[in-house]
Amino acid sequence: MKVTIDGFPIEVEAGTSILNAARLIGGDIVPPAMCYYSKLEGSGGKCRTCLVQVTKGSEKDPRPMPKLVASCRTTVMDGMEVKNITSPEVIEARKGVVEMLLINHPLDCPVCDQAGECHLQDLGYEHGAAKTRYEFDRRTFEKIDIGDKIQLHMTRCILCYRCVFTADQITDHRIHGILNRGDHSEISTYIQKAVDNDFSGNVIDVCPVGALTDKTFRFKNRVWFTKPVEAHRECENPKCCGKVTLWYKGEDVIRVTARKDEYGEAEEFICNTCRFDKKKTSDWVIEGPRKVSHKSVISSNHYDTLKPLPVVKTNPVLMEANKEQFERETRL
Amino acid sequence: MARKLLLEHINVPGINTFDVYRSKGGYAAVEKALKTLTPDEVVEEVKKSGLRGRGGAGFPTGMKWSFLAKPEGVARYLVCNADESEPGTFKDRYLMTHIPHLLIEGMIVASFALGAKTSYIYVRGEMMPQIRILEKAIAEAKAKGFLGKNILGTGYDLELYVQPGGGAYICGEETALLESLEGKRGNPRIKPPFPAIAGLYGCPTVVNNVESIAAVVPIINEGGDEYAKLGIGRSTGTKLISAGGNLRKPGVYEIDLGLPVEEFLYSDEYCGGIANGKRLKAVVAGGSSVPILPANLFLKTINNEARLMSYESLADGGFVSGTMMGSGGFIAYDEDQCIVRNTWNFARFYHHESCGQCSPCREGTGWMEKVLHRLEYGHGKMSDMDLLVDVSKKIEGNTICPLGDAAAWPVASAIRHFRDEFEWHVTHPHEATTRNFGIAHYADPLPKLEEAAG
Repeated sequence: MKVTIDGFPIEVEAGTSILNAARLIGGDIVPPAMCYYSKLEGSGGKCRTCLVQVTKGSEKDPRPMPKLVASCRTTVMDGMEVKNITSPEVIEARKGVVEMLLINHPLDCPVCDQAGECHLQDLGYEHGAAKTRYEFDRRTFEKIDIGDKIQLHMTRCILCYRCVFTADQITDHRIHGILNRGDHSEISTYIQKAVDNDFSGNVIDVCPVGALTDKTFRFKNRVWFTKPVEAHRECENPKCCGKVTLWYKGEDVIRVTARKDEYGEAEEFICNTCRFDKKKTSDWVIEGPRKVSHKSVISSNHYDTLKPLPVVKTNPVLMEANKEQFERETRL
Repeated sequence: MARKLLLEHINVPGINTFDVYRSKGGYAAVEKALKTLTPDEVVEEVKKSGLRGRGGAGFPTGMKWSFLAKPEGVARYLVCNADESEPGTFKDRYLMTHIPHLLIEGMIVASFALGAKTSYIYVRGEMMPQIRILEKAIAEAKAKGFLGKNILGTGYDLELYVQPGGGAYICGEETALLESLEGKRGNPRIKPPFPAIAGLYGCPTVVNNVESIAAVVPIINEGGDEYAKLGIGRSTGTKLISAGGNLRKPGVYEIDLGLPVEEFLYSDEYCGGIANGKRLKAVVAGGSSVPILPANLFLKTINNEARLMSYESLADGGFVSGTMMGSGGFIAYDEDQCIVRNTWNFARFYHHESCGQCSPCREGTGWMEKVLHRLEYGHGKMSDMDLLVDVSKKIEGNTICPLGDAAAWPVASAIRHFRDEFEWHVTHPHEATTRNFGIAHYADPLPKLEEAAG
């Protein structure tokens, strides 16, 4: 099937969603996704950030679709033409959705453990307005401990339902879900029963915001001060792959997570033993540094930033100024 | 006096019992359909009748039935949507309370046409008396051999169940209704697939409003062509209108589609005019989710033609100067009603009823409600009106189900037509809490259209 997204044509298999087709093309034209998670069946369609415009339905039926569609849940048709960043309507709608997502968000990034790897933060940076038009009290909830390792901070939640799907599909017994309705709905475990399951820790990885955080890492460090390293171990749990990312601060492993791809999705889920209990270098076989996108704030801290930027290299005046500044700074 | 099709025998004592209903010609449609027609012929009759869905969207019922997928060896379901919870609409409740056998009869014929062996009536949880009435009616029909195995010796089996809902407005949306019927949280599903392909328990399903199903009975009795002669244009047949608000005679009326709205409002046969001799200020024509119109634009279209009670005429002018037929929840406001307060009340309802699944509706409905609350209680700002219009635009069309649109339209239309009143609430905050804005110019005759320059 041939589909064209923002002018880029690509051949994909029947049944692929527009979002996945865009991911195959890659680059700027990939719609952001807050709730869709390719490893979780049934996820997506809720956050509405991935809205796109279909300007041509298919080769057989060239009519455009009347409304913007959620690209994560719309399958491609042969000859479909899709507009994402080239459509002003899409940009406008996405801006609206981001604004809606943020009106009840506490914006406590300075104290949030997710900051630096938060999808909502990226989304707000890219599409959000600098000022809010919302002049009312934001919705708040009490923090809830889900077991001794996970904390739920419902105030930050955007109700993407990813953790609910994870609990449904990865773990054996689902014991949490959505309570209530509308903007007072919340993720909960009924009588605050502990989530006790080998794979429950994965809800932390799938959470796009800082609503579910790892209590063993909470307030230990900012993610951009830590160094990600790929490692593996022979895990006793037959369902666990044992392939993880270790996050180092100096010589200490302060956090273990699953390996995440460029869209923030875990490549393979890991068990709680790997995640919470194995925090010594000797527990792991180190493979090497984890590649982090140069756009990510995580890579901004510690590699070769003192080298002059490419634009400086071609301009003699800037080169001179840069040298001066470099000398001044190193003297200090 | 226009002919009644659905409510013809509504005043017969004991019409809610099987025997009286039968003696008035009831269940003739079942006999006719099951004994003389094939399922496809029934669908064909309904198609010919031009019956349009009475639940709000107005989609042709016959076409909806013909879209039903019919794979071999897979059960098909008919579900009756009796989760009537739109503010201003109470026609289905009236029908189910007083003439339950009409719905049962329609369910049997429609299930036969669709080849459904099991059908459900999903009734809103608050309507407990109606649930009891329907269950009693089903038991009666079953005892007389109109339900169960081998109906009337034709070999057709049908089981009919009544399912009480939990009382959520969102469960009136067809896919949320199916989720709820399956025993899950009533969140609307993401479409496609549509219920006609994968509905209840993943099987092909048709979901129809109570009134649409009841209307199948006169269509089969008299033939689709006869039914199509009633009404006007593509709005055929009769429609139940539940009239409420400041009317002299509120209640449920059956009208021929195409009746002029002026006649409906002021004639003694129908609403009998505005109560207490007041003047009409505004009308919500089809339940809380349709755009509100000021009196002058409601009685006349923008082209100065008389507006009729039909799908097309009410929608004349689109969202700029028109409204919608909706589910027939007609609400009239007299000169002493506050549009700002009414809009806030509607917004509060949608805020409360949003399922919280997709972000624009979850967050946006609450935001609109808060801004409108501020306006109503005298803390508003001039910029609030533009903010509300902008927020409603951000919700409209960007949500999974139509609840987002339904929440956005009344707000956007109220500001479009009643901006003066909203502004008055900002400029006279103290007065706004003690008295109403009044009728102002909302009932003035429309200005003559400018003649095209010769």
